[in-house]
Amino acid sequence: MSFLTLLAIALGVITLGYIVRIFELSSELKGEQQNWVIRDKDNKTQGTLFLLFLIGFFLFVAWQLVAYKDRLLPVAASEEGVEIDWLMNFNFIIIFIVFVIVNFLLFYFAFKYRFDSNRKALYYPVNHRLEILWTVIPGIAMAIIIVLGLKLWSSLQRDPVENGEEHIKIELVAEQFRWSARYAGDDNELGNFNYRLIAGANNLGVDSTDANSWDDFTLANEIYIPKGKRVYFSLRSKDIIHSAYFPHFRMQMNCVPGLHTMLHFMPTITTDSMRMITKNENFEYILLCNKICGASHFNMKMVVKVVEMDEFTKWYDEKKKNTIFKMDAPAAMETPKMEPVADTTKKD
Amino acid sequence: MSDHSHDHQHDHDHHGHHEETWVTKYVFSMDHKVISRQFLITAVIMGVVGMLMSTLFRLQLGWPGEKFAFVNWMLGDHWGKDGIMSPDMYLGLVTIHGTIMVFFVLTGGLSGTFSNLLIPYQVGARDMASGFLNMLSYWFFFISSVIMLVSLFVASGPASAGWTIYPPLSALPQAIPGSGLGMTLWLVSMSLFIVSALLGGLNYIITVLNLRTKGMTMSRLPLTIWAFLITAILGVLSFPVLLGGCLLLIFDRGFGTSFYLSDIYIGGQALDYQGGSPILFQHLFWFLGHPEVYIVLLPALGMASEIISVNSRKPIFGYKAMVGSMLAIGFLSFIVWGHHMFLTGMNPFLGSVFVFTTLLIAIPSAVKAFNYITTLWKGNLVFTPAMLFCIGLVSTFITGGVTGIILADSALDIPVHDTYFVVAHFHIVMGLSAILGMFAGVYHWFPKLFLRMMNKPLGYLHFWITFVSAYGVFFPMHFIGLAGVPRRYYTNTEFPMFDNLVDINELVSVFAIIGAIAQGIFLFNFFYSIFRGERATENPWNSTTLEWTNGVEHIHGNWHGALPEVHRWPYDYSKPGKEKDFVMQTVPLEPGEIDGGEHHRP
Ligand code: HEM
Ligand SMILES: [Cu+2]
Ligand SMILES: [Cu+2]
Repeated sequence: MSFLTLLAIALGVITLGYIVRIFELSSELKGEQQNWVIRDKDNKTQGTLFLLFLIGFFLFVAWQLVAYKDRLLPVAASEEGVEIDWLMNFNFIIIFIVFVIVNFLLFYFAFKYRFDSNRKALYYPVNHRLEILWTVIPGIAMAIIIVLGLKLWSSLQRDPVENGEEHIKIELVAEQFRWSARYAGDDNELGNFNYRLIAGANNLGVDSTDANSWDDFTLANEIYIPKGKRVYFSLRSKDIIHSAYFPHFRMQMNCVPGLHTMLHFMPTITTDSMRMITKNENFEYILLCNKICGASHFNMKMVVKVVEMDEFTKWYDEKKKNTIFKMDAPAAMETPKMEPVADTTKKD
Repeated sequence: MSDHSHDHQHDHDHHGHHEETWVTKYVFSMDHKVISRQFLITAVIMGVVGMLMSTLFRLQLGWPGEKFAFVNWMLGDHWGKDGIMSPDMYLGLVTIHGTIMVFFVLTGGLSGTFSNLLIPYQVGARDMASGFLNMLSYWFFFISSVIMLVSLFVASGPASAGWTIYPPLSALPQAIPGSGLGMTLWLVSMSLFIVSALLGGLNYIITVLNLRTKGMTMSRLPLTIWAFLITAILGVLSFPVLLGGCLLLIFDRGFGTSFYLSDIYIGGQALDYQGGSPILFQHLFWFLGHPEVYIVLLPALGMASEIISVNSRKPIFGYKAMVGSMLAIGFLSFIVWGHHMFLTGMNPFLGSVFVFTTLLIAIPSAVKAFNYITTLWKGNLVFTPAMLFCIGLVSTFITGGVTGIILADSALDIPVHDTYFVVAHFHIVMGLSAILGMFAGVYHWFPKLFLRMMNKPLGYLHFWITFVSAYGVFFPMHFIGLAGVPRRYYTNTEFPMFDNLVDINELVSVFAIIGAIAQGIFLFNFFYSIFRGERATENPWNSTTLEWTNGVEHIHGNWHGALPEVHRWPYDYSKPGKEKDFVMQTVPLEPGEIDGGEHHRP
């Protein structure tokens, strides 16, 4: 095979050589001396090709817009996602108009003003009024885009915990190449952690001396979140940078070792409803990793199930029995002096 | 300019009888024309390597799991067993592809070739300010290229953390095999590369500022030179920051410091690093990284200004606005780097500042695009192959530029950050524009580089296949990105949600292969024309600038006898009242004739 490849390359080169020779010979026969000179015929052909390209290019784009429309992400499944999509579409309309007009002018001018020896180009070096016009118009467009964008940005980036908004708190921990989630339990407070405490079953390094951690429980592979309640994800990484990417909710934030980051959104469509909307009974919301993190970066995921609130409560009550640290009696919770040492975790 | 004494000195240096051996003439040459060709040929070789890599991973992405003898042949049994590349190798190839394309082809190659060739020629200097530093600049570039290529053959694989080499991934060999020896070589290579870029950049700046010939005022500089000057300033101000960033990374990797590392548990072990921040590296990287995209782009835009004006037989529209917008872009490019970091948990207010500054750049960019188009308007367009490439460049500059508005808007960046939407954006606006500009430069200035002409029909063929397949490759990638596919994924098959993208990926890969094969046409034309091309004439494109006034030969010192004197701006094409449709810069103004376009009333 390698021999065949070489042969193919060699044949290609030889063919090209012949093409050149043929061009040279044929023009020598015609008595043309300088083949590189651009002739009227060339200008006509190339100008026409630009016109054809213009048409073909726009058709190609239009075809993609139609053919690929259904391949894009389905309707946004969070409140924030809907707002982002709205602004995204708004901006797309603006840039699409610019894209079409300017590309049209470019290729159309290329066709229209192709060389003609009977014409002289217009000596037109400057027009300040025009220049001001096309400084001001993009300026205005940018101003609108900036204002709308920043308004949304500051709302997306607000900290609902600081603001005292109602939320459910989940910690997402990234590592090569999987996600783990820690739910905050009944107190909705996550216990402290320290990477040096990572050992055995306590694979998130949760600090068992922090009472907040006693009701925390962890999950891998699949998590549930309730529809209609703000979900606050506290993000961290055990090893290198990852990025928690929830495409269906239009949400993303990096997970950085040594740093605390967060994201939050309000799910609005349950997994079941989305299955109906997408007419795909196997549809799942997925959390992906979107920062290069090594060999299995392309396969680092977690299923996210959005369910109605009552189903969520049922599920939650079941899962929360599985706390990280097994305390025998609720009494333990009330006597902080008694130390739930990390050893207790070893037994599972 | 007080160039008179200078001329004198040079005449002595260059026309005195010192022995030139083959080695000093073609290898360790201090002549800008030779160095320029050395840069070009090295860049062509690096470009072929970078392109072959992209073909390899496009095979993987288009037909994942398919066995390709070609892949096995290229990668061997270890990385391409049975013709399927390994995930580690995929990341290695993506990383080196990005590094080679951005730095070696479009920074070293593009500026190295054309700043070197055109600065002395177009400002009317005998050579660069320092021929010796110029020679060093090339040889640092050469060594760094060799090291980068050698790193591909390391047993643990080349650097694989992406061209942005974010730590901790790039700092810890436990995290990815490529962060072993491969990463060390990458850092060594890039450090040498930066030295080369700095030596070259200083030289370019000093030459433009000090060695302009008599009459060549700043406002008579061709836009190419303005572009090269601003590019060089950007490089000199920003590359040292990357060098600093790389040095700290070297310390973290080798000497146990914790600049970028903290709280890491990996490979079943808690590491001792404490107190560093991985985000610090990103700040240092992008402080270079963003100006870098203009370092790549501006020379291409500058050459396009020149080539479009020449072949429209019309002055460039808005010379001052073109210079002003390049200065504005250059300045702004230093205060926008945070737009690569919106999702690192940066303070949302800081993010807002970066949104503002970034979207400001859209304004001078729009001015440039409109000015190109107005230059075409009512022109008399001569379609040389170079002109075709420039028109292609303006198109990709627009098409890729507008999607930047989405990415710069932090709220909208959230769902598309690091997806194929970004890959589409930066390839079109930076990769394609700059590559098309570089091709344009090669076709246009080939007569100055090699004293021969490139073949015209092959040039046309090369342009059309390249341009069509370029859009064929990168336009559909927008949709792949909007479907949520992250970049740097080895395959999309692990997610049912991406199953309906298979045919788009195939389409992209088919175009990529066609595009790659089309570069064979260029390579053939290029090397064939170096040796067998038709002899050039002195001023084949009827341009006005100085490089077309010194015959069809490579003269040591660039001009026999005295240096040319400049009397007018470089864009007197189709000036009313002139017999020919171009007036050389060396032609004195007629009595009462006004120089430059500023005061012209049509
Ligand atoms: C020959 C045509 C080219 C093709 C088919 C191509 C294809 C690709 C693809 C598919 C990726 C993304 C891979 C991934 O994220 O998994 C990529 C990455 C990249 N390419 Fe290209 N590319 C081409 C030319 C260029 C050029 C001319 C440049 C110059 C700017 C360039 C610069 C980059 C960079 C900087 C990356 C990012 C590398 C990284 O993620 O670390 N490419 N290329
Ligand atoms: Cu990852
Ligand atoms: Cu940037």
